[in-house]
Amino acid sequence: MESTRFEPAEPASSTGSEINLSRTTGALPRARPEEYAAKNNATDGGGRQLAEALGWFSLGLGIASIAAPGAVARLIGVRDEESNRNLLRFVGLREIASGIGILAQPAAPGGVWSRVVGDVMDLTLLGSALGSEQSNRGRVAATTAMVAGVAAVDLMAGKKLAASEGEDRCITLVKVTTINRSAEELYGFWRDFRNLPRFMNHLESVEILDDRRSRWQTKGPAGRSVAWTAEVVDDRPNQFISWRSLPGSDVETSGWVRFDPAPGDRGTEVRVELRYLPPAGMLGATIARLFGREPGQELKEDLRTFKQVMETGELVRSGASLHGATFPQQPAQPPEMRMAA
Amino acid sequence: MKAACWMSRNQVSVEEVPDPQILNPRDAIVRITSTAICGSDLHLYDGFIPSMQKGDILGHEFMGEVVELGSDVKNLQVGDRVAVPFPISCGNCWQCQKGMFTLCENSNPNAWMAEKMWGYSPCGIFGYSHMLGGYAGGQAEYARVPFADVGPLKIPEELTDEQVLFLTDILPTGYMAADNCGIQPGDIVAIWGCGPVGQFAVKSAFLLGAERVIAIDRFPNRLQMAREFGGAETLNYEEVDVLEALREMTGGRGPDACIDAVGMEAHTPGPEYWYDRTKQAMRLETDRPFALRQAIHACRNGGTVSIIGVYGGFIDKFPIGSVMNRSLTIRTGQAHVQRYMRPLLERIQKGEVDPSRIITHQMRLEDAPQAYDLFANHHEECVKIVLKP
Repeated sequence: MESTRFEPAEPASSTGSEINLSRTTGALPRARPEEYAAKNNATDGGGRQLAEALGWFSLGLGIASIAAPGAVARLIGVRDEESNRNLLRFVGLREIASGIGILAQPAAPGGVWSRVVGDVMDLTLLGSALGSEQSNRGRVAATTAMVAGVAAVDLMAGKKLAASEGEDRCITLVKVTTINRSAEELYGFWRDFRNLPRFMNHLESVEILDDRRSRWQTKGPAGRSVAWTAEVVDDRPNQFISWRSLPGSDVETSGWVRFDPAPGDRGTEVRVELRYLPPAGMLGATIARLFGREPGQELKEDLRTFKQVMETGELVRSGASLHGATFPQQPAQPPEMRMAA
Repeated sequence: MKAACWMSRNQVSVEEVPDPQILNPRDAIVRITSTAICGSDLHLYDGFIPSMQKGDILGHEFMGEVVELGSDVKNLQVGDRVAVPFPISCGNCWQCQKGMFTLCENSNPNAWMAEKMWGYSPCGIFGYSHMLGGYAGGQAEYARVPFADVGPLKIPEELTDEQVLFLTDILPTGYMAADNCGIQPGDIVAIWGCGPVGQFAVKSAFLLGAERVIAIDRFPNRLQMAREFGGAETLNYEEVDVLEALREMTGGRGPDACIDAVGMEAHTPGPEYWYDRTKQAMRLETDRPFALRQAIHACRNGGTVSIIGVYGGFIDKFPIGSVMNRSLTIRTGQAHVQRYMRPLLERIQKGEVDPSRIITHQMRLEDAPQAYDLFANHHEECVKIVLKP
């Protein structure tokens, strides 16, 4: 599997001036099928699955400690007396709380960190039990070793989740459509980036700075709109274009589009990938809002509009309803796709 | 202008609404001279098609005079008299270019809704829910016609509105139902439903070479029309066992082709009706498929079942075993009207078919609420209503 970390379409090591724009060779990027289904790439190096397993473990342990504190006390080697039972009931409640916390949001590290805190508490309690004459010291020692092992797993899961939090915010969108026009026409329209706002709903304008560089501006109320300067990374006429934002932009972004002839004279398959990595804080929320609740659907609608414009020469509109006194006559769109202003 | 608006289930009212405007260069505005209520409008009226909103203008069978044109429409002129096909089709996409006009890939701006329900979206349709585009319909004084350079057909002066109005939907629809049967010499075609589409399916099956046509319904006036207008033999399913009768009439073979011209709101005597009606009311299935089930059972081995009645969503007890084991072919689709309009206009001009003969009522647009009630409840032996704005 190709890395899912945020990266521009080409290695970032080369400086822009060294990239040969028209003669780059090698395989063009192809979206992996699973990316079509993904709305966001929430990859985390397995931290999420680990967290879910720990969540279920917490629940099980918690229920056992509350339902049968005596049996648990004997199992871990402490005396089966009322004070220890109460302590175990408390530990059980804490475990259930952690378990629910983790399972409710398995991608968030908070729940796993609460387990780490619990592990420290448990190790302290076991340490004092180890010094007690009334304990079965062999069993307590074994339990301590097990808790220490689990604590290590908790720590690892927490670190993995914390590390992938940034990647969760990276929006990667991949969509495809087939258009009954030649690759030449479609490439030509797209390569003039000033045309992109005509079908990309989240863009307000694209201004051409020179052959390679352009200034992109998103929609949004004053102060909320985001802008960046993009440079063309790879440009193969009638086949492929990729671009990425220059360092120092409001947002790290990249994208590519490829044009492949569809079989049997069915037109041209147009595949698009867009990636946005917003910096932390307010701006992240701004990018997310630009795409609405279903960013993948938004790009799909953009491509539908692109197809309409290229095939019919116009943007298809309806607008039939009386709705009291008003009579909307604008292109209809899913409500969740309307940009939150 | 005045327009018949869907207000809620079983409620249509004539409202004063803003006149339509040219929104795109390929648009036209048509002043409507005749418009009809379609059997499929009753599915909207009865509340079985999702995504209708209060105030939606109904109607997808209309014709009239071009009063305004967008800058890119070169084949029409203001003053032309046109019949407007119910499917809105761009003419540029791969499907349109293959003649599959109701599969137009560009004309449904709400395609995402249809995709959620059906996987992919068909074309937009005038006045037929937001899922199919949210276009204003033609039961009104004026309508905006998108892609006017593709759909509207110019009508020669000597033909009356009543003769050509049904080119917009039900005549091509009935014709496509028969066309989909792939009729061969000697074929016997059975048709469930003697509403307007069923009547034209009877007629079309003969035009396409059927040996015999057997029409099935329960209303004596509609059966009589099928005999007199179409020349069919008829069966009243409330009086005879249809499967037994068809077997007998076809020498034990079964009809070579069976057309379901009924669709989602079928009726049948006995407990099967209440089984499906209850499931439909509880939203456990959206459509009542009695006619379809029976058409499948009745069809001869290796025959064709042509579905032209409208279905919206999901059915159960679908006899797939009968279809599979007996090598049946199912063909279906919303009619690709633009494909059939011109040849059918020629048949009308030659006198091979006179569509006006199925009209039982002519009313004013203002009377649309009564007209819907009359049609939905089978009052006054109603078969087809034409409204005059």
